[in-house]
Amino acid sequence: MTHDHGEEHHLVSYGTYIMVWLALLAFTGLTVTVAGFNLRQVSVFVALLVATCKTFLVLNYFMHLKYEQSIFKIMIFVTVSILAVFIVLTFFDVSFR
Amino acid sequence: MDTRVTMDIDGSPGTAEVVFHEHHDYTGGKIGMWLFLFTELLLFGGMFILYAVYRSKHPQEFHQAAMELNTLLGTINTIVLLTSSLTMALSIALLQRGKKWPSLGFLSLTILCALAFLVNKYLEWSAKIHHGIYPDSQELLNFDKGEVLFFGLYYSMTGLHGLHVLVGGIILSVMAYFIAKKPKSRFHFVPDRLKDLQGSKLILASQEGKELWRGATIDESVDQISIIVKKPATEKYLDRRNIGKLENSGLYWHLVDVIWIFLFPLFYLIT
Repeated sequence: MTHDHGEEHHLVSYGTYIMVWLALLAFTGLTVTVAGFNLRQVSVFVALLVATCKTFLVLNYFMHLKYEQSIFKIMIFVTVSILAVFIVLTFFDVSFR
Repeated sequence: MDTRVTMDIDGSPGTAEVVFHEHHDYTGGKIGMWLFLFTELLLFGGMFILYAVYRSKHPQEFHQAAMELNTLLGTINTIVLLTSSLTMALSIALLQRGKKWPSLGFLSLTILCALAFLVNKYLEWSAKIHHGIYPDSQELLNFDKGEVLFFGLYYSMTGLHGLHVLVGGIILSVMAYFIAKKPKSRFHFVPDRLKDLQGSKLILASQEGKELWRGATIDESVDQISIIVKKPATEKYLDRRNIGKLENSGLYWHLVDVIWIFLFPLFYLIT
């Protein structure tokens, strides 16, 4: 009865969630502030970098990924890789037209 | 979940111990939810690719068009969604610890945040539409091609996202109902031992041995014996299956948040 193991939830403390939320708010403040500067090309890069950091926090803590079995991480890696392949191939097409 | 209820059925001769159980595949449910989230990721991913290609073709027009968006409303909505993700996570954490009513409270806060987000979105879209900026409007068609593309993407992507917020709010409301209602579950007698009971009868009796109810004879036609367990809707009785359901609903809600985390800078912050 292997399915019993999933029932043993890894409990994350309330404090951890509140810290993650504060970090997310800080990142939002950062991205809004940086957008105020005129950084041209760099600003997109910074915006996406901050969004990626926020996503990392949400995935790992709110979505509990940090505490899940590795099958979940592998599945997410595969999906994100597929999306990355789509993006790269599309830009190969668009850039060399 | 694999809750087991062991009960003695008084038969003759002697006492037969039977095990009732309820099969519930927690990990399977979670994997299923993630698979669904992947389809969502690819759905929005496709739209983000479209955005990236058009933006690379029309950087100036995208920059120009984004000036029309209300950064303040966008920022407020970001804070609302991030906070709703916190209340969602806290609601799950509380339910995992068996704190049913506090969990329900935080779940309600999450639903309120979903509503606040949609009200904000309504105000934002109304202002745009009031200014004549909506798909295929006369005003918009006079804009540059890149700006038309920007607003097309803006309406479709934030619209699809808004739809997800609405659906998320509905899912969370259904979950609130599940948590609040009386826990009720059905346990099944393990089927492979059913033939041992053929020819017997189930009897409900009081403590003094007074017979309260007697069922029909269990013969070959019977292939399921179950017991329905109903508990009062108090803090003490928690249907533990709701934990898994709430976690999966939470996953959906957090995904909606993640998508907004990318939508927000790409539409509101490129001025």
